[in-house]
Amino acid sequence: MEPLVHVRDLKVRFVSRDSTVHAVNGVDFDLAPRETLCILGESGSGKSVTLRSLMRLNPPRLTKMTGTVRVGGHDLVTTSERSLADIRGSVVSMIFQEPMTALDPVFTIGMQIRETIRRHETISREDAERRALELLELVQIPSAKRRLAAYPHELSGGLRQRAMIAIALSCRPKLLLADEPTTALDATVQIQILLLLRKLQQDMGMGVIFVTHDLGVAAEIADRVAVMYAGRFIEEGPVSALMRDPLHPYAQGLLGATVHGGVRGKRLTTIPGAPPNLAQVPTGCAFAPRCAYVEPACLAAVPAARSPIPGRAARCIRVPDHAVSTAA
Amino acid sequence: MIFYLIRRVLYAIPISLAVSLVCFMLVHIAPGDPINAIVPPDAPQAVVEQIKHEYGLDKPLPVQFGLWLYQVSQGDLGRSLATGRSVWSDLRPATANTLRLAVTASLIGFVLGLILGGLAGTFRGTWIDRIATTFAVAGVSIPHYWLGMVMVILFSVTLGALPAMGAGPGGATDWAWDWAHIQYLILPAVTLSVIPMGIITRTVRGVVGEIMNQDFVNTLRGKGMLPRNIFLHVVKNAAPNALSVMGLQLGYLMGGSILVETVFSWPGTGFLLNSAIFQRDIPLLQGTILVLALFFVALNLIVDLVQTALDPRIKRS
Repeated sequence: MEPLVHVRDLKVRFVSRDSTVHAVNGVDFDLAPRETLCILGESGSGKSVTLRSLMRLNPPRLTKMTGTVRVGGHDLVTTSERSLADIRGSVVSMIFQEPMTALDPVFTIGMQIRETIRRHETISREDAERRALELLELVQIPSAKRRLAAYPHELSGGLRQRAMIAIALSCRPKLLLADEPTTALDATVQIQILLLLRKLQQDMGMGVIFVTHDLGVAAEIADRVAVMYAGRFIEEGPVSALMRDPLHPYAQGLLGATVHGGVRGKRLTTIPGAPPNLAQVPTGCAFAPRCAYVEPACLAAVPAARSPIPGRAARCIRVPDHAVSTAA
Repeated sequence: MIFYLIRRVLYAIPISLAVSLVCFMLVHIAPGDPINAIVPPDAPQAVVEQIKHEYGLDKPLPVQFGLWLYQVSQGDLGRSLATGRSVWSDLRPATANTLRLAVTASLIGFVLGLILGGLAGTFRGTWIDRIATTFAVAGVSIPHYWLGMVMVILFSVTLGALPAMGAGPGGATDWAWDWAHIQYLILPAVTLSVIPMGIITRTVRGVVGEIMNQDFVNTLRGKGMLPRNIFLHVVKNAAPNALSVMGLQLGYLMGGSILVETVFSWPGTGFLLNSAIFQRDIPLLQGTILVLALFFVALNLIVDLVQTALDPRIKRS
């Protein structure tokens, strides 16, 4: 069976007159239907750019995108703007980080849901209205009927994000992309939104790709986690295994710098140095300058993905590669 | 909404009162004696006093203001010192002429400004943007009395295509929307439209550019909306800002066309003001300024109400 998402050697560069930023430098992954992948990384690691590439939403005039990106059988790299617009919102849709600014301030919530439905389906105004109401109930917005006529500024941050989710789900997409959807929310609201997303994912059978820098969020929602650094997946694996026993020194550093159950009583560590400038990508392992285990071989070439056990992989020369047969 | 409307209309009353006070004071602070303009220099003092008394100019200023305000509230703007005719009989056709000129000029300016500004804002940083911005800068920078004279030389003197002055073959009073009259309107209207064109272009360019950079436009693209759907969202977001600038511009054109009306001898309020100033015709001056100022107040009121209707974030109660 064809995976829902199929990405091979995805490269994204932002080209301006002064500089070229290599935001994504060769990302490969597949996502099965109903699977949840969490892309983990710090600011500027290319995680949001990777996510937006899955609906070709990076600014078109500046972006150079190469490689293979197939979502639900559609080739997103070569398809026309017009058929792209048909795919967006119906096959794949996105929830954004800032519910404050991601909704149009001068149109009601109801109208913003209705226009999405009517863009993709031939449906009467009344039916669209009814669907919009059902969607608001689906995302558990209290007094949904009244909220249809509300403007975004009349809702709290959590309700706004629920409305955003309702818009994203309005045409039952096969793939839901979530770009740090809980980062801008209060901690108590964060967990509600996460639980809601997980429930909706199970009920509707969507594939979900979730971008976050929050390990706790990843642990809560993901089946699989990919850790991103300098535009590459440096480690990928099932969420529990990766959290328990990270392979890549960067992933180890990331876990060591975060409060979670396993490190009670110990001091948090930090990763020395700063991420590389993506206008000049190093030839070797991008993490080498900050790595405690760096060897001359690390600087020679970008380490290939090595897989010590099936389902796990890391781009580090120190990781043993036992699964030549399964990697193929 | 209805309470907001009533409150907003009530606010306009004290504003209008203040405006009329300022009009009155400004005219009286200005140097020059109106009586000197209408009596011969060698007239005996008794005659001068007599005329001052007839026009009420011998009373203290606050009393004069009170009397004037009372008359104005009765719809009587007084009599012109220069002609002896009632101010209203001169002011009414002049206001109508200025309205025609200002509305035509702003229509030209607004349409061009909206198109140029919308294109420039959408295609920011491209050659389209640069061309539109050049037009906008030229529009605000070129002095319009100079442009008016160039237009007269080009289209009236050299080409002989359009009349250079006046408001129609029969003068000021018999306006009709036919070619015989409209051809008189073209040159002054185009000349007058250049400044609002430039200002609207710049405003709309800024507003549209800012909106296109907002996150919600990305959301719209992300849910598959087509460019024409997105256009609708941009228009509704840009409208309140663009409208407020357009309202102000129309207000300026109503009062600010003195130079253009003088260049083209267009018999409007600017023309009237100009002659009233030179003749120290105080009642005419006060009446004209008052009418123009009230237009401005009314325009602001309309803009406020339309803005409130368009932008749900402006509090209505």
